[in-house]
Amino acid sequence: MDILSLFVIIPILTVIGIMITKDAKQTRVISAIGMGLQLILAAYLVYAYLSARQAGDLAEMLFRADYVWYANLNIHYAVGVDGISVAMIALTSIVVFAGIFASWQVEFLPKEFFISLILLSGGVFGFFISLDLFTMFLFYEVAVIPMYLLIGIWGSGPKEYAAMKLTLMLMGGSALLLVGLLGIYTNSAPDGGPLTFNILEIAKVNIPIEAQRMFFPMTFVGFGILGALFPFHTWSPDGHASAPTAVSMLHAGVLMKLGGYGAFRVAIFLLPEAAHELSWIFIILTSISVVYGAFGAIVQKDLKYINAYSSVSHCGLVLFAVLMMNKTAMDGAILQMISHGLMTALFFALIGMIYGRTHTRMINEMGGLMKVMPFLGVAYVIAGLASLGLPGLSGFVAEMTIFFGAFQHVDVFHRVVTIVAVSSIVITAVYILRVVGALLFGPIKNDHFLHLEDAKWFEKLSTVTLILAIAAIGIAPFWLSTMIGDSLQPIIDKLTVIIP
Amino acid sequence: MTNFSYTVLIPLIPLFVFLFVGLLGHKMKPIVSGLIGTCGLLIAAILSYFTAYQYFFNTEKIDGTYQKILAFNTIWLQFTEKLHVDLGVLIDPISVMMLIVVTTVSLMVHIYSIGYMKGEKGFARFYAFLSLFSFSMLGLVLATNIFQMYIFWELVGVSSFLLIGYYYEKPSAVSASKKAFIVTRFADLGFLIGILILSFNTGTFDFISLTNVNGAAILTGAGASFLGLSVMTWSLIFVFMGGAGKSAMFPLHIWLPDAMEGPTPVSALIHAATMVVAGVYLVARLFPVYAISAPDGLLVVAYVGSFSSLFAAVIACTQYDIKRVLAFSTMSQIGYMMVGLGVSKYGGEAGLGYMASMFHLFTHAMFKALLFLGAGAIIHAVHSNSMKDMGGLRKYLPITHITFLIACLTIAGVPFLSAFFSKDEILTAAFHHNMPIFIVQMFVAGLTAFYMFRLYFRIFWNKDTHYHHTPHEAPITMTFPLIFLAIASIFSGYIPFSQFVSSDGVPFHSELEWTVAIPSILVGLIGIGIAFVLYKKESASSQKIAISLKSFYVAIYNKFYFDEIYIFVTKKIIFNYISRPVAWFDRHIVDGFMNSIAWVTNAVSFRIKGFQSGQVQQYAFVFVSSAILLGIFFIYLYSI
Repeated sequence: MDILSLFVIIPILTVIGIMITKDAKQTRVISAIGMGLQLILAAYLVYAYLSARQAGDLAEMLFRADYVWYANLNIHYAVGVDGISVAMIALTSIVVFAGIFASWQVEFLPKEFFISLILLSGGVFGFFISLDLFTMFLFYEVAVIPMYLLIGIWGSGPKEYAAMKLTLMLMGGSALLLVGLLGIYTNSAPDGGPLTFNILEIAKVNIPIEAQRMFFPMTFVGFGILGALFPFHTWSPDGHASAPTAVSMLHAGVLMKLGGYGAFRVAIFLLPEAAHELSWIFIILTSISVVYGAFGAIVQKDLKYINAYSSVSHCGLVLFAVLMMNKTAMDGAILQMISHGLMTALFFALIGMIYGRTHTRMINEMGGLMKVMPFLGVAYVIAGLASLGLPGLSGFVAEMTIFFGAFQHVDVFHRVVTIVAVSSIVITAVYILRVVGALLFGPIKNDHFLHLEDAKWFEKLSTVTLILAIAAIGIAPFWLSTMIGDSLQPIIDKLTVIIP
Repeated sequence: MTNFSYTVLIPLIPLFVFLFVGLLGHKMKPIVSGLIGTCGLLIAAILSYFTAYQYFFNTEKIDGTYQKILAFNTIWLQFTEKLHVDLGVLIDPISVMMLIVVTTVSLMVHIYSIGYMKGEKGFARFYAFLSLFSFSMLGLVLATNIFQMYIFWELVGVSSFLLIGYYYEKPSAVSASKKAFIVTRFADLGFLIGILILSFNTGTFDFISLTNVNGAAILTGAGASFLGLSVMTWSLIFVFMGGAGKSAMFPLHIWLPDAMEGPTPVSALIHAATMVVAGVYLVARLFPVYAISAPDGLLVVAYVGSFSSLFAAVIACTQYDIKRVLAFSTMSQIGYMMVGLGVSKYGGEAGLGYMASMFHLFTHAMFKALLFLGAGAIIHAVHSNSMKDMGGLRKYLPITHITFLIACLTIAGVPFLSAFFSKDEILTAAFHHNMPIFIVQMFVAGLTAFYMFRLYFRIFWNKDTHYHHTPHEAPITMTFPLIFLAIASIFSGYIPFSQFVSSDGVPFHSELEWTVAIPSILVGLIGIGIAFVLYKKESASSQKIAISLKSFYVAIYNKFYFDEIYIFVTKKIIFNYISRPVAWFDRHIVDGFMNSIAWVTNAVSFRIKGFQSGQVQQYAFVFVSSAILLGIFFIYLYSI
């Protein structure tokens, strides 16, 4: 049994465990144990990965395993990780762990809720460990489908509409993606020989440029829809607003990262020439995303909408950086995925906790909450500061790496879009401070809020886990940034051949 | 070489205090958190004084030059092969000087706050934030590279935000803190762009290699030009934009008066003595680059500084809120420091302005902190910020009165007090290098004397106001810092500053130039005299002057309507003209398009769903008629 497959097996075992539980309490405990194990395993994976690298293992992917599961089409269950996937796995396990505790009080069909949630997380883990495009796509779908149920059944507001919209738009993306992946597959052996889905194999061959031109936009947009690429982002505000807390956390925190990760691992890595040629179109779209999302967030009144638009802006920066196609910017892109994953999960967790108490998410109906719930208030301020890029928290590290990476391009076009992206730091400050001011400070508007309780133990556990991770990256980014940077080397080597 | 590695503790001690008090403060008695904070700062201050002694007296100079010593350095983040962000400690004359300024004023403020903040609800929170600020500010002054400075620059910004918004239940405090953060953040955007350009062109963040006169950065710096100015000049102008924001230079000054919403000790520490001079410090840090590679950038610094000092001094003459008068006075004095740097040249006697600017920064920190702390004692006694509610206070607050008078005399440039020396040297430098600026600064010196004594007379003399509670002198924890700072204000002018701080690190000799000093003394005395006539006793003549100037006076009183511009930009332009349309566009156009795809799909399927009606007769009819049609079709095909 290889260590990576455990990441898929543990969720499955947990799901089976939940099925045989008797009540909600047992369900919660089993879920917490399962995901706690997952978190420990992820920590061990980071350690094992770093020590293998320390010991001088230079292979592109470590801990590889490979099983054929449909020989006719040469489909394998192939897994392996580099520093980037290790980082994403660590992120996922932290967010899922925090998500379990944030949904401690789900009362309606708790068993089914946790089953769907953990199934979803299993799909995400599977996606990040896969080296085979087909397996990857399969896990991708496993991650997306439970979302429909989770929003449609446990959501709030116009939940059927939101669930339908989200699923349909993501399915639209999947359709494009499937065509793109099959296109890559059919061109994976231009010199004859067996076709393959294996990423490492495909990366060695040069896919004909005509094919690249056709399939790059498909894969990039397909993944980009999940990564909230303008103008395909509109599932995000509605979806998040209706989703239950843990689902928003997982969705914005992890699932949207599938988009960025896929765009990087598949679209850029396997189709680099077309990516280089066509990047300008998508750079324009993503730099619009960055500024547009931030401006969109300024006028929203619903906390979840604010955060959804903020995610559009931050995830736009991820794709923007990926398209810059140099080591620093891509390093920043991965850091930004992790950073955004953690802080947006924190945001949605806190919003859920506040909503659970005040029964409103409208900032104009709230005020002065810092006084009645100081713990949640302080945590919200920390999340806000991370979001606006305060040094010492993760957002700053990621954004700065992206900006300095993007600025390495000398031509006017890249310079201009970089400055546009940089200017988002001011707009972000405007909407974050507006929310913090309206929500937490000032006099208390509603007397009912005077009797609200501060966070309970499981809420504190969820929040503190995320804050610690955010601060750890912000204070000591060097090892993470280096771990990611080293794993980018194969891609950079490939790009340097193509880009003069 | 002396070992300075212990200096890393100077910022770290306040950091630990912040974490300790911040996490556990609510469990301690308030006074305990105050004492922990004060002790932490006391240790940091002792270490700083020790460092200054070691550096200036026990460290060997090479070729008679003070060396820049890298006491501690570690890589924090790697961008590219060349560009890496370090965190470290740089010891050189100006960083050591700033250590003294920051720890001294911070320590005084810590002691003072034990009395001033007594009984406030968030006492521990206050001390936690003060320690956070001290940590950030010390990290800023010790920065080894421009990116580290930017990191701590943001951190002092957020500490300032937290402390201005200390009374978070008060809407005016919340909006003031927001304004301060957003305006300085906008300026920091410029700073960041400046760093991007600068680091790209020079390949380094490091101050030592950037400012090395024979180094690659300065020699190759000028480089390509853009719109008539070299890239280096542009980058330094952008960097200065960040400095102007933090130091409240025109037109980015609008946050400073509102920042007075914070507790008064905070105003003294952050918005008078330390954080607001960060912009001056930034320019001083990069001074060789400015002076050699981008003299045009330095000219911008000089003009912005000069205009700001005039602008602020004019407004200060009309304000009634005593803290706002002091805030505009701070802006004006920082303008002086910028002028000092702006008119300076690099090296030797020509670098007089640089030295004078740092000198003035030092003396200003002492007397302006004193003024604010004195104002705090007054506010503490009469429970009002407005000088209209004051008058005749000299009888009730003897110690505050004497120390406040000393501070007023100092800032007015009365001979043999500290600011007399430092201001005079700035004026001398301007006199030699830029005549128009010299004339403006001379006029501002007169205005300064006038508005400070207007303040002084209105508070301590003038009419005898009737108070509900008889005002009483502040406790010893508050008067001790006043006395300490008063002594510093009197005597700090006698430090032979040019022996320690100079643009190129080589000590030089500077003397008072009486051709400049005598006119400036006269101008100061005239200012004091006018204030004496108008405000010593209650009289209507000041009102008459105000009325005779009418609209001009109103414009000044409203600070030339710059706050309205800020509101116009944020509320109208960003909120109503950009964000609202964006949000509308997103909901109706982008999302509307996505929904319409779904709607079209839905409508089409609604139309064609009749084909799947489930009625067997209909199926049979379609089947049979299709079969017949096909049959006819094939028969037709074969019969050709």
